Amino acid sequence: MMRFMLLFSRQGKLRLQKWYLATSDKERKKMVRELMQVVLARKPKMCSFLEWRDLKVVYKRYASLYFCCAIEGQDNELITLELIHRYVELLDKYFGSVCELDIIFNFEKAYFILDEFLMGGDVQDTSKKSVLKAIEQADLLQEDESPRSVLEEMGLA
Amino acid sequence: MPAVSKGDGMRGLAVFISDIRNCKSKEAEIKRINKELANIRSKFKGDKALDGYSKKKYVCKLLFIFLLGHDIDFGHMEAVNLLSSNRYTEKQIGYLFISVLVNSNSELIRLINNAIKNDLASRNPTFMGLALHCIASVGSREMAEAFAGEIPKVLVAGDTMDSVKQSAALCLLRLYRTSPDLVPMGDWTSRVVHLLNDQHLGVVTAATSLITTLAQKNPEEFKTSVSLAVSRLSRIVTSASTDLQDYTYYFVPAPWLSVKLLRLLQCYPPPDPAVRGRLTECLETILNKAQEPPKSKKVQHSNAKNAVLFEAISLIIHHDSEPNLLVRACNQLGQFLQHRETNLRYLALESMCTLASSEFSHEAVKTHIETVINALKTERDVSVRQRAVDLLYAMCDRSNAPQIVAEMLSYLETADYSIREEIVLKVAILAEKYAVDYTWYVDTILNLIRIAGDYVSEEVWYRVIQIVINRDDVQGYAAKTVFEALQAPACHENLVKVGGYILGEFGNLIAGDPRSSPLIQFHLLHSKFHLCSVPTRALLLSTYIKFVNLFPEVKPTIQDVLRSDSQLRNADVELQQRAVEYLRLSTVASTDILATVLEEMPPFPERESSILAKLKKKKGPSTVTDLEDTKRDRSVDVNGGPEPAPASTSAVSTPSPSADLLGLGAAPPAPAGPPPSSGGSGLLVDVFSDSASVVAPLAPGSEDNFARFVCKNNGVLFENQLLQIGLKSEFRQNLGRMFIFYGNKTSTQFLNFTPTLICSDDLQPNLNLQTKPVDPTVEGGAQVQQVVNIECVSDFTEAPVLNIQFRYGGTFQNVSVQLPITLNKFFQPTEMASQDFFQRWKQLSNPQQEVQNIFKAKHPMDTEVTKAKIIGFGSALLEEVDPNPANFVGAGIIHTKTTQIGCLLRLEPNLQAQMYRLTLRTSKEAVSQRLCELLSAQF
Repeated sequence: MMRFMLLFSRQGKLRLQKWYLATSDKERKKMVRELMQVVLARKPKMCSFLEWRDLKVVYKRYASLYFCCAIEGQDNELITLELIHRYVELLDKYFGSVCELDIIFNFEKAYFILDEFLMGGDVQDTSKKSVLKAIEQADLLQEDESPRSVLEEMGLA
Repeated sequence: MPAVSKGDGMRGLAVFISDIRNCKSKEAEIKRINKELANIRSKFKGDKALDGYSKKKYVCKLLFIFLLGHDIDFGHMEAVNLLSSNRYTEKQIGYLFISVLVNSNSELIRLINNAIKNDLASRNPTFMGLALHCIASVGSREMAEAFAGEIPKVLVAGDTMDSVKQSAALCLLRLYRTSPDLVPMGDWTSRVVHLLNDQHLGVVTAATSLITTLAQKNPEEFKTSVSLAVSRLSRIVTSASTDLQDYTYYFVPAPWLSVKLLRLLQCYPPPDPAVRGRLTECLETILNKAQEPPKSKKVQHSNAKNAVLFEAISLIIHHDSEPNLLVRACNQLGQFLQHRETNLRYLALESMCTLASSEFSHEAVKTHIETVINALKTERDVSVRQRAVDLLYAMCDRSNAPQIVAEMLSYLETADYSIREEIVLKVAILAEKYAVDYTWYVDTILNLIRIAGDYVSEEVWYRVIQIVINRDDVQGYAAKTVFEALQAPACHENLVKVGGYILGEFGNLIAGDPRSSPLIQFHLLHSKFHLCSVPTRALLLSTYIKFVNLFPEVKPTIQDVLRSDSQLRNADVELQQRAVEYLRLSTVASTDILATVLEEMPPFPERESSILAKLKKKKGPSTVTDLEDTKRDRSVDVNGGPEPAPASTSAVSTPSPSADLLGLGAAPPAPAGPPPSSGGSGLLVDVFSDSASVVAPLAPGSEDNFARFVCKNNGVLFENQLLQIGLKSEFRQNLGRMFIFYGNKTSTQFLNFTPTLICSDDLQPNLNLQTKPVDPTVEGGAQVQQVVNIECVSDFTEAPVLNIQFRYGGTFQNVSVQLPITLNKFFQPTEMASQDFFQRWKQLSNPQQEVQNIFKAKHPMDTEVTKAKIIGFGSALLEEVDPNPANFVGAGIIHTKTTQIGCLLRLEPNLQAQMYRLTLRTSKEAVSQRLCELLSAQF
């Protein structure tokens, strides 16, 4: 299973973190700092996998963002690499040519998409259509609500 | 996708995020955040009830602040309130906040659980999904207690929607991982297994993850999943790339599911023949596809395809039963070793490591040695080079050890600092494990120290010393080599340690050469002294005092050094104490006492290499152990070493700079004082000349000790922590006298001390033993002596047993050892000419008179040692009798009271095969038999 996933920028700013195993805040911060340092120090063309502590780390850089997953010893590195790619595709499809800013301003959406795709550290559904359909439905629910809440806010409801 | 939804719902949040991004400094950012936190706090505390939208917005801001790395200690209640909202987006943000921020605040969990319970019961699939996600994210025990019974029902209910099934399966998996005891097995398990047949591939994917984890712990319960998984896999791998629609990823059908199914199959041994045939077809298809031209140039295509391939290879290795598949897997990985994709080279190296431990593919892996060595030299990524080192280690065996060790050594010169220590350990282990001759081993370790001295841990240099001390064939070479290495103007301190220790023990072996005379050896070591750290200096001081014993001629020089202020008044207490004590010892002790106290170190007990233990610690136990276990079969005879002994001796077996270098454990505790022995000092020398540690009476080790006495008469027969038994004996014709010395090593007296000589019924008539009882009290530190008069009446086979009983403190002690009175002790050598010898040889040509034994050499085949042993055995050594000068010929007469038995022997060494042939001819069959037995064990 995947232990955690991190998205961070080339400047070392954490953009998203998802932990699939209970970890204390202190430990999380320490691991994030340490791992970012390791990954950012690597040169392009180097291999996408590395051993880190007792875990395997799979990472890939898309433009200014690093997507970095920690998996367990028996897990498959290549399929994890493609898992990252599929997530990027989902983000791209949803935001339309996704960039780092989209993820910063819509971090909750990035979480929702990730949650539709992965759960408890395992892949839930690999079909792009299924995942996007679920997100689309949620957005429709939101659209239904939005006018109402505006009305409410104005005291017109 | 509609652009409308992206955060437009919460303008305030977007503004806040922009503000933060516009902050010019960390301080400004913190100021802005604190302002926002104060604002939110006041809103949450305010009198006016907040509407759902505002709550959602503020909770979202808190979440953002948390993600920036700040601590959030409020807002949890508001988030929980959002859970019970009927609005999807509010509920969703509430759940997100809890998933990200809540660990296990039990009061809160109760409230959260309530909300989850409602959503699970709502039958609204979207709400159910959110609730299940939250359980999977928090995954605490309280949640498991509340829902572990409920979720299996949701999972297998007929009317549950597919998307909810998927979430339920993974949610249950998460709960099972944290609290397996709370997830009840039951009827639902068989229905879960049948989800492998589900039409919806998303459901199958999620279910496969769950089943794999459950099957690891309950293999019986999920056995039926094997055949279902195989047929599912078979359908996937044979499907056309468009069949699976959206589950096809860059022309690869359902790669995630394939990987998961292959992983599930690794929970089980190879299946029954029918299913197995189908599985083998699948695996062959996957291997075949790897050879087909790619359907797309995109890296995603090849990654997905190869992900499945690597998982298939893992399964093949796991089953380790189809040689054909294993070899094909190995060839495929061999191709990847030279692939232009770094990722594939990395994974191929990693995968081959496990393949190397299979007996079917070990040889096939070895054929790639040049490629792997090349990878070590040319790969630009350290993590790939690391894999190459691992693989070289895994594929190493006796045939390629010299090459691999040499390559690793040369790589070490330029290796990354991060992996040097590990390489050093690996080289040290391989060099020891596959050493054909120990001179190579010594060279390798000294090279290690030269190239990467800083990374050579104590375990490594302790080990080389242990090995040199235990192998007398390499001692002279080691002394010569360290002496030469120390000539370098700058040498690593570890080399000074090893050099100091070895020259202190075996410097005498090279002292004959004027270029390495005692004085030169001393000056060489002492020239390094001042550059070394305290522990090394302490070690060198011990070397000096050992030199005093080995080379009386350098005693004045060494005393001068010890006497100098920089030693005697050294600020370091350890150095000062050593200098004072050694100086005193060298002044007051007689040569005999010196020789005793400073006797050569006894062999270290064989045990697991401490280096291997260190590597295991470094790499985690599983990886190294597995490799070792699987490779053990192949390497049984490599060193011919005994199984590791229990660790009880660990205190003695590791020379550490501050430990007792002199091995004084066997000698009087105060080196400066006179030894508290009652036997003459001339005797002590002999008594301590060959000490070995035997722990249990008649333990396997005591046999060895017994065997040592066959060719000699004096030495230590037995020693434990309390008692030491020394022997000195002499024999003439059929009579003998043995002095047994019992040394009390403790400071407490032994009471009721009763040694008894026991002859079995068979032995009784043939061997007469007479002795007087000893004083029943043995004072602490004292030695008592017992004389045994021996008469050989007739030839005999067994040996008498010496049993000693006494009380030490409150406990009763009982020790039994075989007393080395053997038939050959009654040998009288007979010199004779070649002609006579062959004449007698022919006379004893009756088949019963000859006994022959062909055996493998257990010790180095050294001519001088062999001669000494034959003479020690008691017969005459006849020179120029045998036409082949390499052979040894001996003759003698065994004297018994009743008769005299003439004995002729001939020993033919075969250096090439490392074998001996021993032939004995005597006039009595039993005598030939026994003498042959006794003598064979000596070589």
